[in-house]
Parts: sequence; structure tokens; C-alpha cells
Amino acid sequence: MMSGVDSDVFEQLVETVGRFARERLIPEERRVEEEDAIPEDIIDEMKAMGLFGLSVPQEFGGIGLNVPQEARLIETLCYASLTFRSLIGTNVGIGAQGIVMDGTDEQRERWLPGIASGDIIASFALTEPDHGSDAGGIRTSALRDGSDFAINGTKRYITNAVRAGVFTVFARTDPEKTGADGVSAFIVPADTPGITVATPDRKMGQRGTKTSDVIFDDVRVPESAILGGPDRLHRGFRTAMKVLDRGRIHVGAMAVGQSQRMLDIATDYALERKQFGKPIGEHQLVQGLLADCQAELHAARALVRASAETFDREGKAIVEASCTKYFCTEAAGRIADRALQIHGGAGYMAEYDIERLYRDIRLLRIYEGTSQIQQLVIARRTLAQRAGRA
Amino acid sequence: MKILVPVKRVIDYNVKVRVKSDGSGVETANVKMSMNPFDEIAVEEAIRLKEAGTAEEVVAISIGPDKAQETLRTALAMGADRAILVKTDEIVEPLSVAKILKAVVDEESPKLVVLGKQAIDDDANQTGQMLAALLGWGQGTFANEVKIEGEKAEITREVDGGLQTVSLDLPAIVTTDLRLNEPRYASLPNIMKAKKKPLDTKTPDDYGVDVAARLKVLKTEEPPERSAGEILENVDQLVDKLKNKEGVL
Ligand SMILES: Cc1cc2nc3c(=O)[nH]c(=O)nc-3n(C[C@H](O)[C@H](O)[C@H](O)COP(=O)(O)OP(=O)(O)OC[C@H]3O[C@@H](n4cnc5c(N)ncnc54)[C@H](O)[C@@H]3O)c2cc1C
Repeated sequence: MMSGVDSDVFEQLVETVGRFARERLIPEERRVEEEDAIPEDIIDEMKAMGLFGLSVPQEFGGIGLNVPQEARLIETLCYASLTFRSLIGTNVGIGAQGIVMDGTDEQRERWLPGIASGDIIASFALTEPDHGSDAGGIRTSALRDGSDFAINGTKRYITNAVRAGVFTVFARTDPEKTGADGVSAFIVPADTPGITVATPDRKMGQRGTKTSDVIFDDVRVPESAILGGPDRLHRGFRTAMKVLDRGRIHVGAMAVGQSQRMLDIATDYALERKQFGKPIGEHQLVQGLLADCQAELHAARALVRASAETFDREGKAIVEASCTKYFCTEAAGRIADRALQIHGGAGYMAEYDIERLYRDIRLLRIYEGTSQIQQLVIARRTLAQRAGRA
Repeated sequence: MKILVPVKRVIDYNVKVRVKSDGSGVETANVKMSMNPFDEIAVEEAIRLKEAGTAEEVVAISIGPDKAQETLRTALAMGADRAILVKTDEIVEPLSVAKILKAVVDEESPKLVVLGKQAIDDDANQTGQMLAALLGWGQGTFANEVKIEGEKAEITREVDGGLQTVSLDLPAIVTTDLRLNEPRYASLPNIMKAKKKPLDTKTPDDYGVDVAARLKVLKTEEPPERSAGEILENVDQLVDKLKNKEGVL
């Protein structure tokens, strides 16, 4: 089991993050929605609080949470809008974990302290216009030119690209191969000549988060930029999969945090709103909606915890992590739908938080592997295990 | 300059407090506890004085059960340098607290003791004043602003109808009001560092103070529930009701 933080200290971290979410973040949600940006003072407070370094080891200035602790703290933070989580999300998760897991000592020393403090934003650039779910087939190339590599291609929907200080870029180093085998991961400073970050995308929800296309035009990087060093040439896709594996538990925890919020809002509404002479919460069909939310929320939370513990104990949890992301995010979708239904017409009005939360959580079923991709992973492994091949 | 900040562990301000069924007090089992909000303001003020270079050391002290360590750790995470726990499982009344604090002041010789004006559990609003009396120091209660100049403290106090400014010779006692400052959130790295800061454990006996209660609580009750209003047809009915039923006219 990874050491993590002492449990008494950890409880204080949870308490502090919970209070920060309730007292500082939730009151800013409407402003973030209207301005499509997180106010600078909130960004500074999130930095001061140490949130960018949750999963960076303590020796590099982070908090060094283990996976179950990270999941619980992310659940706590995600009681507030997912937009705030997105700001720290790439530093805690996909943007930084590759360096934490597979980086060389020099790479970790160079990048992790800044990532932990939030002074450097780390982005993860895998998806391309023609390769989303089929990430192993990416076309961005990194061809050797003397002692350097020249990166060419376009990445799509890259979270936090506009703020990025460094990208983990996945590119094909072996043009002979078309699959995942010929892909390497590079650590590329965002100010390297040849990188263009396009105007941020307009999105359905999570306003205030930023995703963009990132165009690499003959971006030259030395061999030492290969994540994990030259030995890991052509082996970058394994890093991507390991990072996403851990990330799936993290996304499950996000879904749980938001589900709790939506259930709380819906419950308050059911207590307050009266129809036919009594609070709607006293009508049994409304109680049915609430009960289904509560039952699924409990199941989701328990699943996150169990998978996180497995990951910590065994260093991986492929089926568990996919089941977790799949179940928790789909459950969050159902919970959002019921919570909105309980609001009646009010739920369709922007004045009520549920209208925004409903749009925000829709993303969870899409990124870091769609629900269908999770189903594929789960089913293939299940079949293979039973067939005795895994 | 050294500042002493007493902090109390109380039922969290978000909790809906329930009276025990036998009326002997309020239910504290399995209830969320945290630092008294006025004490948070006191810790914040002390840390700001330290950050401004006015104070060198901030010492937090709590009198209470073992669990009060958590409250002290919060103070340490916010920025206090070290902490003292005076351990007792008794309910300690303001006078006993003030006596223990006096003994600690004699030992530590702070120039300033910053306390919350009251604890949100018993709302006594006495400890700071009693401590000032026991020490024979000046006091600036209900502070809205604290300025330290040399050997003097200028305290702006919240009083009925406005603000009053008093000048005190140091050493002195300050009690904090709500608007003195907005306490910071302890950062996660500082919460972790707090674990390594010194925390001494003592008992009331170490200071020769007898904490036995001098007051007896006769009864604790829930506030009366508000009964539903009644809509009357006309003014005559209202007058009749006020006269004959409520007896207020
Ligand atoms: C807001 C946002 C932020 C993002 N941030 C990042 C980021 O920071 N970095 C990054 O690299 N990427 C990021 N992504 C990309 C994200 O991971 C992809 O959008 C996702 O993997 C899906 O790929 P796609 O959009 O190309 O959809 P497609 O792969 O085109 O999928 C379309 C549909 O087909 C289904 N499908 C595809 N293949 C199969 C199959 N074999 N079997 C059954 N069904 C299938 C999918 O489930 C989906 O329903 C982000 C996306 C969004 C929307």
C-alpha cells in the first residue's frame, strides 16, 4: 500500500477542502458560469491551498496522497462545480501522473515542484481530430532529425492548453507501425517554438474550463524530452494507459461528489416545494426518485473506494477502474436526470443550480474513455479471464 | 513579542444542536466539533501580527479533552508556532479557565493574550475579562481593530451605537469581535507541517488549579417551537382575540 498521508492529518485535509468548497467555491459558481472564467483570486487561493499538488509526492513539494485519499479529497472538492476541479485536474491527474509514474529523476525534479505549486500547468495531449477513442492510432508524428525529434500534428480538446506550461504529448515515433506500439510520450515546454494553442472551444457545460486544439508545426525537442528517457522510445502508449487507469478512479470520485450535491439539492427542493397540499417529498413517486438516487450514490461511492484500495494494493486495477468510471458516471447521469425531474419546470430554468449541474456532468461519460470504451475493456478482460488467457 | 491565543473546541457552528433527553445538557456524542469561530479570528489576528513583524511567536493553548489536540493542530496549521494542551475531561467554567491561563501567562510571559470574545457553546463572554482581572492587565474587549505601537496597543471596540478606541499599556488582553478579520483557510501543506510542530500536554494540576464546577446547571431546554399562525376573517375577530384570548389588549 502506498504510504499517503497519516489518517488523522488526512481527516483535517478533507475537512478543510470541504469547507473551502462550501464557503468559497460554491458561492462563486454563478459568476464563473456567467464570465466563463474562474476569477484570478480564486485561482490564487486554490494555489495557496495546495490543491494542485494533491497527487505529487511530498519530496517534490506535493501532498502525496495515495489513490484512496486522492479519491476522497476529489469527491469532497467536487461537491462544488466541476469547473474548479478542471483547473487542478490536469496537474493532479493526466497532465502530471505520467511524469510521476514514468519520468526520469531529472524530469521529475525539473517539472514536479512547479506542477505541485500550480505555477506550472500540465496538459495531456493525446486526442486528435481523427483519433479519440482509437487513441492507439494517433497520427501526430515525432521523427528523428539528428539528435532531435520534430513533432508535427494537431491535438484536439486539450484541457488547460491555454494555461499550460508543459504538455505531455503523445506522438508516433515509429512510422512503420500503425498501432499503439510506435507511440512515444514527450515532455514539451509550452513555449517551444512551433506550438500554437487555438481559441478555446465553446462547450455545453463546465463553463470556465478551457479546452483547445494544439497545433505542433515542426516542434523540435531533444531526445531527453522523451518521458522516462530514451529507453522508453516507442513505449509511450503504456504510460498513457497507466495514467488513464488511475484517472478513471479519479473521474468516478468526481461523479460521486457531484451526485451527492445533486441529491442534496433535490432533497431540499422536495422538502420545500408543495403540491396537492403537501411537500412533494411526501408523494411516493417523488420518494422513489430520491431513493433511487441515494441507492446508486451509495453503490458508486463504495465502488470508488474498493477500486482505489485495489489500485493502491496491487499497483493497477484495470477492470475495477473501468467498472468504476462506467458505473459512477452513468449513475451520475441518472441521478442528474431524476434530480432535475424533482424540480419540475424550475429544473429547466437557469436560475436553479440543477440546470447547470445536469449539463456539467454530461462530460464525465465521454472523456478519459467513453462509456462504450469502458464496456469494451471490461467485457474483453472478463472474457479473456474466463478463457484462461489473462 | 510573544502572543498567547487560547482556543476552544466547540460544536461546529453548522450543527443543529440537540438537547439531551434528560435535560442535563446538549448532545455532543458523534457531533462535529471545530474551533470556536471567535478563536479562529484570534488566531488569525495573532498570525497577522507575526507576519507584520510585530510578534515573534504565537502560542496556542486549549483546555479540554484529548481531542482538543485537533483544534490546536488547526491553530498550528493556520500559523501558530507551538501549542499547549491542558488536558481535562471536566467541563471547565470560565473562572477556572482564566486561572489556568493566568498560570500559563506567568510561565510564558506573553505581551498579548488574544481571546475570542465568547465561545459559541456557553456564550459566557467572561474568560478574557476574568483573566485581565486576575493578571491586573488592561483589556480591550470586542476588538474590531488592533494596532500595536511600541509598548501600547490601540484597540477599536465594537460598542452599542458605534466604535470606541482605547489605548492599553502592554501587556494586555484583547478579545475579538466578528469583524476584526476574516480567518484564513489552513493550506494543505501547512496542515501537514503542523503535525511536526511542538505540542505540550499538561493538566490543571500542573498549574495547581482546581477545575471543579462552582455553578450547577439546573435544566437545559430546547427553545420553544414556533406555533403556526392563524388567518382571521376580519379586524373584529382580531381585536376579540387580542382582548380575550391573548390578553394583550
Ligand atoms: C471537455 C473535454 C475535455 C477533454 N480533455 C482532453 C485532454 O485534456 N486531453 C486529451 O488528450 N483528450 C481530451 N479530451 C478528449 C476525450 O478523451 C475524447 O473526446 C474521448 O476519448 C472520445 O473521443 P472522440 O471525441 O473522438 O469520440 P469518438 O471516439 O469519435 O466516439 C464517438 C462515439 O463512438 C463510440 N465508439 C468509438 N469507438 C467505439 C468502439 N470501438 N465500440 C463502441 N463504440 C465506440 C464512442 O463511445 C462514442 O459514443 C477531452 C474531451 C472533452 C469533450
